Amino acid sequence: MWLTQPLYERSTRIFLGVLLLAMILVTLLHLAVPADHPLYVSAYTVNLFGKYLSYALLAVAVDLVWGYLGILSLGHGAFFALGGYVMGMYLMRQIGDRGVYGHPELPDFMVFLNWDALPWYWLGSDSFLFTALMVMLVPGVLAFAFGYLAFRSRVTGVYLSIMTQALTFALMLAFYRNEMGFGGSDGMTNFRDILGFDLRTDETRLALFLISGVALAVGYVICRALVNSKLGRVCIASRDAEARTRFLGYRVERVQLSVFVVSAMLAGVAGALYVPQVGIINPSEFAPLFSIEIVLWVALGGRATLYGAVIGALLVNYAKTYFTGVMPDAWLFALGGLFVLVTVFLPKGIAGLLKQRKQAKEKEEEVPA
Amino acid sequence: MKLLKEMANRDRVFEFLVPQQSPVDVRHGPILYLEDVSVSFDGFQAINKLNLTIDDGELRCIIGPNGAGKTTMMDIITGKTRPDAGSVWFGSRHNLLEKSEPEIASLGIGRKFQKPTVFEALTVFQNLELARATNKSLLPTLLEQMNGDIRAQIEEVLELIGLKELHRQEAGILSHGQKQWLEIGMLLMQRPRLLLVDEPVAGMTEQEMERTAELLTGLAGKQSVVVVEHDMGFVRSIARQVTVLHQGSVLAEGSMDEVSNNPKVIEVYLGEEA
Repeated sequence: MWLTQPLYERSTRIFLGVLLLAMILVTLLHLAVPADHPLYVSAYTVNLFGKYLSYALLAVAVDLVWGYLGILSLGHGAFFALGGYVMGMYLMRQIGDRGVYGHPELPDFMVFLNWDALPWYWLGSDSFLFTALMVMLVPGVLAFAFGYLAFRSRVTGVYLSIMTQALTFALMLAFYRNEMGFGGSDGMTNFRDILGFDLRTDETRLALFLISGVALAVGYVICRALVNSKLGRVCIASRDAEARTRFLGYRVERVQLSVFVVSAMLAGVAGALYVPQVGIINPSEFAPLFSIEIVLWVALGGRATLYGAVIGALLVNYAKTYFTGVMPDAWLFALGGLFVLVTVFLPKGIAGLLKQRKQAKEKEEEVPA
Repeated sequence: MKLLKEMANRDRVFEFLVPQQSPVDVRHGPILYLEDVSVSFDGFQAINKLNLTIDDGELRCIIGPNGAGKTTMMDIITGKTRPDAGSVWFGSRHNLLEKSEPEIASLGIGRKFQKPTVFEALTVFQNLELARATNKSLLPTLLEQMNGDIRAQIEEVLELIGLKELHRQEAGILSHGQKQWLEIGMLLMQRPRLLLVDEPVAGMTEQEMERTAELLTGLAGKQSVVVVEHDMGFVRSIARQVTVLHQGSVLAEGSMDEVSNNPKVIEVYLGEEA
């Protein structure tokens, strides 16, 4: 089957192997090593890694549309945040009557607003299955509506990028309003359980970290299968010569739309994994700047490789955690500096460097033969 | 059981998705037939009562000075431009004036533009794969697996265009001439009956020109080929039948020798060189 085809490919096997190894290592170092040992990985760190992994999945989603389809989406944060909000609604409902106001059904912020019933769009949010479905469906439907209009009118390039920025900005403004019913500027927080497991325990955090890793692996394989298929080659063709691809008889706008929707759904899943691990979702996730940052991760790691996006996301976010801890004011300078350095010295990102080395090695081996 | 098998054959599940290809009727000889075609742009008569017939399997060269209407004629055949008057028939069954651009393309008329556009990030092999005539809607494209049948088709074309050794190279590193051949190969993958080739040797070296001449003459017989070209040496090397266009209509027609001895032709076109 085409979906399992990447599993027979060397680069995918390496990627999955490294990911699995890292997951096992972190688990072992967390569970089996005593807390005072220098190699011990604390629950806090496990939680942090889980967050990075959900970011990595988001980066893979962005690389799929940017690297292979040539659509520079500067609004993927919106799909990520929507997935997060859907999960946040479920987690709010799980609090039940343990909130500050002790209302059996309404979340605290609704009681505060003097609402006496849940709005219709909160229906079903107490079911995990329904939530899991909506995590993909809500971003997917938005991406479909947006993409249908944009691609049908053949809006591409810079104009599309600006429109995706506008999309996420508009959503941010909307979600800031209390009347929207999503907690306004405070968003949603003080979550307690997920599927009956206490979110604040170390075990749940470890489980969420592992689930994020599995989700990244699955998302990676799906994207890899897609780009390895003939449709993937049509994507690359339309990225480089759209009119020519159309002339060959492919419906480019349909290819763009479907891949865009798949990417948005993956971003939604990433958001849904992110929220229980950080314990809050608020409109700042819609901030245009965040969407640009995602693109930066991908650029740093290397476009159109998928694994480059993962490397970029992990590296930048680790650096971010480190720098904001050591010297909070310097982080933005460090990020900017990093970006300048990469564009000048590594135009193809870190993955490009890896490829270059491999090719150079192969050449060296060829010479004596 | 047979039905099940048909269902499994994914690109045939929806019968209406399979391009309708009613056969091109060439029993009466010509594959392309233009009669009294005229078109004008803002009062400028680009094509003026043009009559042209191309026989099935023929290789025809069309020459003429700038502004003679060569490109406009190609545009009319491929449906890009609609003539003001006249009729255009493909075989004796298809009236091309009633059809849209994609319909004409799927009938089997392929056109190569002057500037080669190949997919530079894909390999030569993949370029041909994408061009192959098949169901190009979303799901079949996603699920299509490479098989011996497809491979054989691609290899046949690779052989023809002489890029067999380079089939794993990215198209971006090809030379200008090789790109032109690849593009002709991509056209061939669409299994056209009639090939329209616009200035194939512009910017080519001598050797590349020779190679192109071989390629085009090799195609004739299986496909009908119409070549528009400026380079007289090249035309002389491939053409059996030459048509000279001037001010939107046919000035002379015949073998290269006949045409180049025609006093009218010498006056308007060849005169510059003689």
